[in-house]
Amino acid sequence: MATVTNTPADTHTADHGHDDHHHGAPKGILRWVLTTNHKDIGTLYLWFAFIMFLVGGAMAMVIRAELFQPGLQIVDPNFFNQMTTVHGLIMVFGAVMPAFTGLANWLVPMMIGAPDMALPRMNNWSFWILPFAFLILLSSLFLEGGGPNFGWTFYAPLSTTYSGDSTALFVFSVHIMGISSIMGAINVIVTILNMRAPGMTLMKMPMFVWTWLITAFLLIAVMPVLAAAVTMVLTDKFFGTSFFDAAGGGDPVMFQHIFWFFGHPEVYIMILPAFGIISQIVPTFSRKKLFGYASMVYATASIALLSFIVWAHHMFTTGMPVGAEMFFMFATMLISVPTGVKVFNWVATMWRGSLTFEIPMMFAIAFIVLFTIGGLSGLMLAITPVDFQYHDTYFVVAHFHYVLVTGAVFSIMAAVYYWLPKWTGKMFDVTLAKWHFWCSLISVNVLFFPMHFVGLAGMPRRIPDYALQFADFNKWISIGGFAFGLSQLIFLVLIVKACRKQGEPVTDQVWEGAEGLEWEIPSPAPYHTFDTPPVVK
Amino acid sequence: MDISGEKSVKSLKAVMGLLTLCVPFFSFAQSAAERSDLNLRRGVTDISDQVYGLHMLMFWICVVIAVIVFGVMFIAMLKHRKSKGHAPANFHENVKVEIAWTVVPFIILIVMAVPAASTLMDMEDVSKPDLSIEVTGSQWKWHYKYMDREVEFFSLLASQREQIENKFPKGENYLLEVDRPLVIPTGQKVRFLITSDDVIHSWWVPDFAVKKDANPGFINEAWTRVNEPGVYRGQCAELCGKDHGFMPIVVIAKEPAEFDRWIDEQERIAQEKRAEEERLLAMNMSKEELMASGEQIYNSVCAACHQPSGEGLPGAFPALKGSAFILNDRQGHIDVVVNGRAGTAMQAFSKQLSMSEIAAVVTYTRNAWGNNTDDLVQAKDVNDLIQGK
Repeated sequence: MATVTNTPADTHTADHGHDDHHHGAPKGILRWVLTTNHKDIGTLYLWFAFIMFLVGGAMAMVIRAELFQPGLQIVDPNFFNQMTTVHGLIMVFGAVMPAFTGLANWLVPMMIGAPDMALPRMNNWSFWILPFAFLILLSSLFLEGGGPNFGWTFYAPLSTTYSGDSTALFVFSVHIMGISSIMGAINVIVTILNMRAPGMTLMKMPMFVWTWLITAFLLIAVMPVLAAAVTMVLTDKFFGTSFFDAAGGGDPVMFQHIFWFFGHPEVYIMILPAFGIISQIVPTFSRKKLFGYASMVYATASIALLSFIVWAHHMFTTGMPVGAEMFFMFATMLISVPTGVKVFNWVATMWRGSLTFEIPMMFAIAFIVLFTIGGLSGLMLAITPVDFQYHDTYFVVAHFHYVLVTGAVFSIMAAVYYWLPKWTGKMFDVTLAKWHFWCSLISVNVLFFPMHFVGLAGMPRRIPDYALQFADFNKWISIGGFAFGLSQLIFLVLIVKACRKQGEPVTDQVWEGAEGLEWEIPSPAPYHTFDTPPVVK
Repeated sequence: MDISGEKSVKSLKAVMGLLTLCVPFFSFAQSAAERSDLNLRRGVTDISDQVYGLHMLMFWICVVIAVIVFGVMFIAMLKHRKSKGHAPANFHENVKVEIAWTVVPFIILIVMAVPAASTLMDMEDVSKPDLSIEVTGSQWKWHYKYMDREVEFFSLLASQREQIENKFPKGENYLLEVDRPLVIPTGQKVRFLITSDDVIHSWWVPDFAVKKDANPGFINEAWTRVNEPGVYRGQCAELCGKDHGFMPIVVIAKEPAEFDRWIDEQERIAQEKRAEEERLLAMNMSKEELMASGEQIYNSVCAACHQPSGEGLPGAFPALKGSAFILNDRQGHIDVVVNGRAGTAMQAFSKQLSMSEIAAVVTYTRNAWGNNTDDLVQAKDVNDLIQGK
């Protein structure tokens, strides 16, 4: 849709007074500490996310090892609860969200023809506080009494009156993560609204940019709510307030309302950019335009708006008035309409295209199928009377891992494979990538699909030991888990090889059907791009 | 745009063909649906049956949607490949198609919403109960109290610690068995008044399709009317701390006449117990008796937090072994066990344990693991503290 009239080569050789920009990247470790370059910061975010993905994954391995058979074998229940809690926090705030921010950093300026993010110094700051947030969180695991053990949803009063002293560290680290996210979101919004190349109207922006713009508004709306929730937990625990304590006039259920008012939009924060990625990849390898660009934009906006009025579907068993249950049930069901529009759009884009199945496309297709499975189980969960049976069982665990692992994480992998050759200038190791794809695809389904069965059969989530009837499936789930964990080491090797610039050089366009500004600049993308904005017709 | 026309008839046929191929899968899925290790249970109440029906309705709608959407996609993946020389079409944006795939899902949603709403209304109608039972969760046990009757008791996990630690073989109902199950009559509307003494728990019996959170300081209502006598098992469904996985629920449904006999009997036993308690107040037990009974009570009630070794879990649950408080403050020690310690996980055990039991367990903790205070605490001492003497 967007075409450049003056080629990047022209802009690159154009004369500039401030030629300090035009030396490549500085050398040494300080390059990374002091950098304000959107590509460097994007790389930092992506590496950080990948490391956190491996750390959080290691915790999942502990969980699955303990659940391999009935009885307690490896860890005690208190440590098990710390593992489930910190696994969730790390994967949400440390892996998925920073990975999307990293992709936004790399891609948004290149897609809209901007030289960098609008606020480069803040960009550096919003990344560099993140490692400290997670060091604080992880260090709490080594304190006496251990780290947070109340689930990533930290329901009061388990997280207040009944929690350990490390709660203070948990609260502090969540605050830092929140500040980082808000700054990242401000940067994305300011960049997109102010720095688009001439001619790049809003309705000409690539879908990835659109979905990130909407995501950034969601972040700004709800991260302060999370900050409020953790602050109230902090004062309830340490300073004698009673926000969530009925004995002092508070209400523990109010915590859940506040948390999920953040938590549900948060879920879409983790999936809207994924929709954007898939909407970039599917047209490329179908060699056909996205079927309904405008309807995709409107569907994304509708999902974002609806996400603010469905939060209590996480709380159907807390004892709400029946009218409220009805409202939240119907509102939740409505979300499936715009989500369906997205899936139909991708399928219609593939329909009668000229399909090829390179690695990014394979991940994208796996995303469409497996995310849809997660979406359909989400629709089942919306039905309040049946949710009473599903709630807090492994059925829910299966549902959100389908949307978050085979949804968000697969989309991130698809994105990395799609844009990696542009970043490094070399084609990644395709054989390794195929191994990574097939091993991941098979193991992830062995891991998460049987969770539907044990959940329906009555296995609650967040338990370190279980009744004998669940033993067989849990064994398979654990085997799938270990295999999925190991498969990611293939990805690690592949990425390391790519970062060492091994592989065949690629063209500027990289993929035959790729369209957009980022495919018109050289591969690898120069350290500075679009010093002079391109003009988009 | 030419999605319509001859091509789409062809593709419709292909989708129908794919659907036919799926028939064996459907029949397999139908038979699998009846297996309790794969699917939701139909349960033993009219409500749970309706819920099961809704679940299966939702499941089949989802399966059909998935087959159609993925079917179209797989056809495209097979036929519209570049390697087969398929040139890309150039269509995009079609208002009719886009309206259709917005409106049709909306209609499907209404088909789902109507029966769901009606079942929900039934589930939430807690009026006119025949019997009310107060259900109180606490870390990590349930307490049941029959309203208008003199019967109340705690219900704790009955699986042995050695089974959990893999030292003894696990029984058939491992982790789903309790020392004292809840007993309810069949055919009557039983209302549960659910609350908590500490953190949030959730009372769940899948066969009744009842799951309701137990919130501290608030009372939730739920109800059931069980059609068949039997033993029904469930678990706490809301993360409630360390032993969340170890607080099961067992409900026995008895014929009303049998239930009446049972509850009369329980009332009589409760009265006898109170008389026995009075009698024991005047009696002194020997150190051996106190220590033996105290050890048993300690291991079933206290050891979950303070550990069998008395060493606690540093940072979470304090050690009793060598504790200066225990060694130096006999009255304070009894007081903490009787009244609990506000703002911590230490509960008031006067509700769960009799005075002689408290005496025994306090004596035990004052003399076990090298806590050699040589103090004996008798039921009378506990009674004096409770009476404020």
